[in-house]
Amino acid sequence: MSSQRIVVLAGGLSHERDVSVRSGRRVAEALRTQGLEVEERDMDAALLPALEADPPACVFPVLHGAAGEDGAIRDVLDMVGIPYVGSGPTPCRVSYDKPVAKAIIDAGGIATPEGVVLPHASFRELGAAAVLAAVENSLGLPVIVKPTKGGSSLGATIVRTSAELPGAMVTCFSYGDTALIERYIEGIEVAVSVIDIGEGPFALPAVEIVPDGGFYDYTARYTAGMTEFFTPARLTAEASAAVAGVALRAHDVLGLRGISRSDLIVEEDGTVQFLEVNVSPGMTETSLLPQSVAAAGLDLGAVCAALVDVALDPEVDVI
Amino acid sequence: MSTPIPASGDPSGSMAAHGSRLDPHLARYAARTHGMTASEIRALFSVASRPEVVSLAGGMPNIAALPMDVVAATVAEMLSKRGHVALQYGSGQGDPILREQICEIVGLQGVHPHPDDVVVTVGSQMALDLVTRIFCDPGDVILAEAPSYVGALGVFRAYQVDVEHVAMDEHGLMPEALREALAMLAKQGRAPKFLYTIPSFHNPAGVSQPAERRAEILQICQNAGVLVIEDDPYGLLGFDGQIPQAMRAQDADGVIYLGSFSKTFAAGIRVGWAVAPHGVREKLTLAAEAAVLCPPAYSQLTISTYLSTQPWMDQVKAFREVYRERRDATLESLEQHMPEGTSWTKPDGGFYVWLTLPPGMDATAMLPRAITARVAYVPGTAFYMNGEGRRSIRLSYCFPEPDRIREGVRRLAGVLEEELELIATFGTAIGAPGTHGAGAPETTAPGPEVM
Repeated sequence: MSSQRIVVLAGGLSHERDVSVRSGRRVAEALRTQGLEVEERDMDAALLPALEADPPACVFPVLHGAAGEDGAIRDVLDMVGIPYVGSGPTPCRVSYDKPVAKAIIDAGGIATPEGVVLPHASFRELGAAAVLAAVENSLGLPVIVKPTKGGSSLGATIVRTSAELPGAMVTCFSYGDTALIERYIEGIEVAVSVIDIGEGPFALPAVEIVPDGGFYDYTARYTAGMTEFFTPARLTAEASAAVAGVALRAHDVLGLRGISRSDLIVEEDGTVQFLEVNVSPGMTETSLLPQSVAAAGLDLGAVCAALVDVALDPEVDVI
Repeated sequence: MSTPIPASGDPSGSMAAHGSRLDPHLARYAARTHGMTASEIRALFSVASRPEVVSLAGGMPNIAALPMDVVAATVAEMLSKRGHVALQYGSGQGDPILREQICEIVGLQGVHPHPDDVVVTVGSQMALDLVTRIFCDPGDVILAEAPSYVGALGVFRAYQVDVEHVAMDEHGLMPEALREALAMLAKQGRAPKFLYTIPSFHNPAGVSQPAERRAEILQICQNAGVLVIEDDPYGLLGFDGQIPQAMRAQDADGVIYLGSFSKTFAAGIRVGWAVAPHGVREKLTLAAEAAVLCPPAYSQLTISTYLSTQPWMDQVKAFREVYRERRDATLESLEQHMPEGTSWTKPDGGFYVWLTLPPGMDATAMLPRAITARVAYVPGTAFYMNGEGRRSIRLSYCFPEPDRIREGVRRLAGVLEEELELIATFGTAIGAPGTHGAGAPETTAPGPEVM
């Protein structure tokens, strides 16, 4: 190891670049509070030559969206032999593709909303009206339409009437070629972060999300004041344990390492439904994981530094 | 690198009793801030700064055409001769010598004010802010072209002013539409505080009012007793070298003229001005002092030295040539690549082409697809206060090189083809909130730093 420097990787070319840049800046500042030498870098053509010329001790990827969360950058870091915070390429690839992750989650015994996965081509070839009628017939309404890949609710729409469905599909396909249409589950929306800072993965307090407009969309996520958060969530002790258990189980069955955040719904009867998992959770001022860290009485800088320690531990395997 | 995990000292388990909104000042914000929210459209422009993306979105002047050695020498000379003035507070109305020089510049457009009638501002954006501040109370109504400059709409929104848009054609604001708007407001018992217009090389529409139309608009406004705010940042950037006569040239009392050095010298210098009747000018000066005490002396003296020591009009001609070449590249590429049903304006100056998409398309909804294809534009909704403009796009040709413009238009054409196919599949482009919501104009346009 030629350096004790940590490279925080943020930005990239995804639709979530702006969020990533802000998350990266916050992680970098948090690490600096621990006395660590930190360099912030974008993911661009200059990155690899720079990493190879002067390899850092560790890379902390804070990239959102494709290339950052789909495992690609982790494959590249493996190839050049630089350790990094978080999961390996295969679990990232699996988790980033929501339907694939849901299938593994389902096989792992965790409830996840019923849904269908349809590429744009299916509608073109079979006729949109017929396919949408079949969707509605099969899942009922309301449903949530979202791209199979990507985060920050970009391209996602809650559909409550048949008339809204075609427009929601157009919105979704503006962001990606394949749509996941899920039965919309009413309940308490919570995010549960899992971190491993040296003694195995553990769940942080759940954050309950109550957006003013009822939908936790981009504006509700990144405008302070438009969403009310309860941390820990207003759940019974039993439900709190259940959501923590589901998040840990998801982290485990998906083969994740270091850090993850599962987005869940707690139904009225206590059933916990898994929506999706993030391998590179947002770290902005309004993001969920930092709120969980604070609620646990932990310091974000210390947690980030400990995640680096775990990444550097030769005993920990990356899948 | 072992790190202990200390407690933060503020475990927030108590938050469960009452939620957190992550901003303790929420209850204190003024009503005028309510539209100031995060926007996924604005966030998408973050990608436009990457070199892989051809950005036809931002309106950044091409300062690469400016000889930096000359600018450096100008600054050095200014500091050596007038550094003690440049680094001190100055007059709230602006440097007297610069105001004389501004009078010479606006003289090229037929405007011949006394230097006392000039108020120097931090870009013409500040002049616009001050004008709105001194004339408009919340709930007042003003008239503006449809579409209009997004930065102006941001100012009007901040002062809680209602905007009544007035239709344009290929010759700019339509007199008949102006008469209709005035009649409609009169019926409602409302009198507009002013008409805000960009008569030359309009942003975003790329069209100009011919002289006779300017005269007709002025006549209508004079008859109705409506003040005209003439915003003219591009007046010297006509590609045929002809400099249009300003509306202010015809009416010294009824027109406030706003000008800027951002496009004729450099945007970063942040110097603009207002030419106003004496009563208005006094209030503008007091309002300016309340806002910023005085415009930056450093910037004013730099531009003043540049104007007095350099052949600045030759530089303007050089800028014109650069932009004319880019305009040509844009129009040729649009002609070559755009699908049937698309139309666009053909600017004779300035920075922008206004593109109208085939029926049923939604430029706001299409933006994520364009970003994926590595091309950026500003959706038309940014230029309206009322959510209109979905079928329109502003293309800026000022910053990218001609070859990049050609590549950007080619990519955009591919995006349009894909979107048309999507519409053919689903029979609609009108989707859900989010990308489809118009939002506040300023949240659906990029910030000033976007290329």
